[in-house]
Amino acid sequence: MNTQLLLIQVFNGLVNGAFYALLSLGLAVIFGMLRIVNFMHGALYMLGAFTAFALGQAFGLGFWPSLILAPILVGLLGMVLERTLLSRLYGLDPSYNLLLTFGLTLLTQDLVKQFMLSHYAVSSAPYTPPAALAGVVNLGFVVFPKYRLFVIVLSLVICLLTWFIIEKTRVGAIIRASTENPTVTRAFGINVSKWVTGVFGVGVGLAGLAGVLAAPIYSVEPYMGAELIITTFAVVVIGGLGSILGSVITGFAVGVLAAVGSALYPPIANTLVFILMALVLLVRPSGLFGLPEGAK
Amino acid sequence: MQKKTLSALVATAALAAVTGALAQSVKLSDNVVKVGVLTDLSGVYSELSGQGSVKAAQMAADDFMAANPAFRGKVQVIGVDHQNKADVASNKAAEMIDRQNVDMLVDMPTSSAALAASEVAKNKKVVAMVVTGGTTALTNEKCNKYTFHYAYDNYMLANGTGSAVTKRGGKTWYIIYPNYAFGQDLNRQMTAAIQENGGKLVAPSDATPFPNTDFSSYLLKAQGLKPKIFGTMQAGADLVNVVKQYNEFGLKNQGIGLGIGLLFETDVAALGQDAFAGAIATVPWFWNLDARSRVWAAKFEKAFGKKPTWAQAGVYSATMTYLQAVARAKTDDSDAVVKALEGYSFDDFFARNATIRPQDHRVILDVHTVQVKPKAQAKEAGDIFTRVSTIPAAKAFMPLSESKCKM
Repeated sequence: MNTQLLLIQVFNGLVNGAFYALLSLGLAVIFGMLRIVNFMHGALYMLGAFTAFALGQAFGLGFWPSLILAPILVGLLGMVLERTLLSRLYGLDPSYNLLLTFGLTLLTQDLVKQFMLSHYAVSSAPYTPPAALAGVVNLGFVVFPKYRLFVIVLSLVICLLTWFIIEKTRVGAIIRASTENPTVTRAFGINVSKWVTGVFGVGVGLAGLAGVLAAPIYSVEPYMGAELIITTFAVVVIGGLGSILGSVITGFAVGVLAAVGSALYPPIANTLVFILMALVLLVRPSGLFGLPEGAK
Repeated sequence: MQKKTLSALVATAALAAVTGALAQSVKLSDNVVKVGVLTDLSGVYSELSGQGSVKAAQMAADDFMAANPAFRGKVQVIGVDHQNKADVASNKAAEMIDRQNVDMLVDMPTSSAALAASEVAKNKKVVAMVVTGGTTALTNEKCNKYTFHYAYDNYMLANGTGSAVTKRGGKTWYIIYPNYAFGQDLNRQMTAAIQENGGKLVAPSDATPFPNTDFSSYLLKAQGLKPKIFGTMQAGADLVNVVKQYNEFGLKNQGIGLGIGLLFETDVAALGQDAFAGAIATVPWFWNLDARSRVWAAKFEKAFGKKPTWAQAGVYSATMTYLQAVARAKTDDSDAVVKALEGYSFDDFFARNATIRPQDHRVILDVHTVQVKPKAQAKEAGDIFTRVSTIPAAKAFMPLSESKCKM
């Protein structure tokens, strides 16, 4: 493979990287703050895509309004689930919330499938990029879809914004305090459980956002999150569980690596990330950006 | 009043006489012919076969009983979910045969599940008619006395699409295929068909992971290679992703056409037919092929609420062909039915100029290369295909000289 082709694939890999980054960012926020391993993240990503489709069908809303509305709706659903179900499992072994979120995943997938079949007679939904971003642009070294460039830029902005809020602002300070020492934080008059619900909603909303962004690129079908979530978990592990910066950087890096890998030797494309995960775990068990247990 | 009673009596007597005649002339095990539709009722193929296949088999049973008074009330249809898994297909097939006394299995999407069920059919000496499974192994190294392969197979797809597209000027190809039995087989067959017609591959075919959502790497590679045709052997949800991204990357405007290995009406519906417009594929049938087809399709739509896919139409035809063989053999004893099927030539709304080859049990029939219409040209909902050409039965399928079947 020549240098130009390699460059093209590096560039192309940033698109998938953007999805990995957005999804693992949500997982990292939720795990870092709340210690919940949210296995339902893939299903919520799928719900983001389907909500965008449904909003279009029911209210004629195009891509842009859906890009704002669908993540909010998915985030609200997440908050309801956190209040009614997940909150009952705090303090129990993490495997309980893993089982719960896994069960919710199966339920969501089947409900969406049944809904689609009964309303639209197909279980996969058509969705095209907005008119302003349709078509391709010649970048000189490659002809690339405009929409994919937009995905790279937008997800970079969102990732930086999230990182900034959590690390550099007062809101972020409260969130971090609420999760590191809830008792002391409560003593300062802060309603910790409300913050927890809010953080979960935002993390899940990020998955919904990724789903809307994915709708014009990938087939919108009930199981679209199932494959992706496994890679995303690998990204989170490589980056370091709960590390926000780690998940963003690793997300983009894994996307690039997989794209280059699949161009060089296609059969390895899907395995590459797991090989990387195994290697990283051998050398740094807490992940590239994770702090070793007890360091906090 | 008296007259009415009398005629009722006469009618009853006449019916009894007919039934008596049946008892003498037709020998049915446990007095019924039971058809088992082994299908995918919940997974990825449930839209293209599934409940629609069960309905199609039931329609065949009803039509057969209406036309053959001797069998009235004696044909039953049941549908069972094999979840596209070989082990489940094997268990369910055995259970249907042993516990529910099924005389014949039909449909069987997913090649691995079809092969597993065919093995059970062989061991238990029950007729299996594979309609929706595509692997050519069923009539080659894995062929057996009780298995028949209906409607289509990978050789027919490759031979049809590969030849048609290459002859229409698609001389240079770049192919991707999902890395499992079905995709590998289809890639081999397609490559051979392209080369036989004077075309060539501009680069070796790429095996992609299965399942897979992102095909951008291969589309970018195609941009660089500039073949006339980008060939995809993907199916179902993977195919939808490939085609969606093919459009996104604007390959058509760069002069790179689309060649599709296996296409079902449901894939086109999932993405909208404009996304597929211009693509060429090979199918054994489609609902608005001609007047005969439309009549049956209208009947199906009335009963099921949706237009039939070619898989579901194939299930009707296969079930009917089996039942007619039972009628000719005057028994549902499988050895006698197999004998009645072998070498049989027929013609129905689905299978034209059809013959059942005794040597490998391949059911050969006329097949059609079709092109997907743009939405603007569709005259009604579901009007998606334009017929490009018809390949006569004798040329559409693997010639016997190439078959590895030893029965």
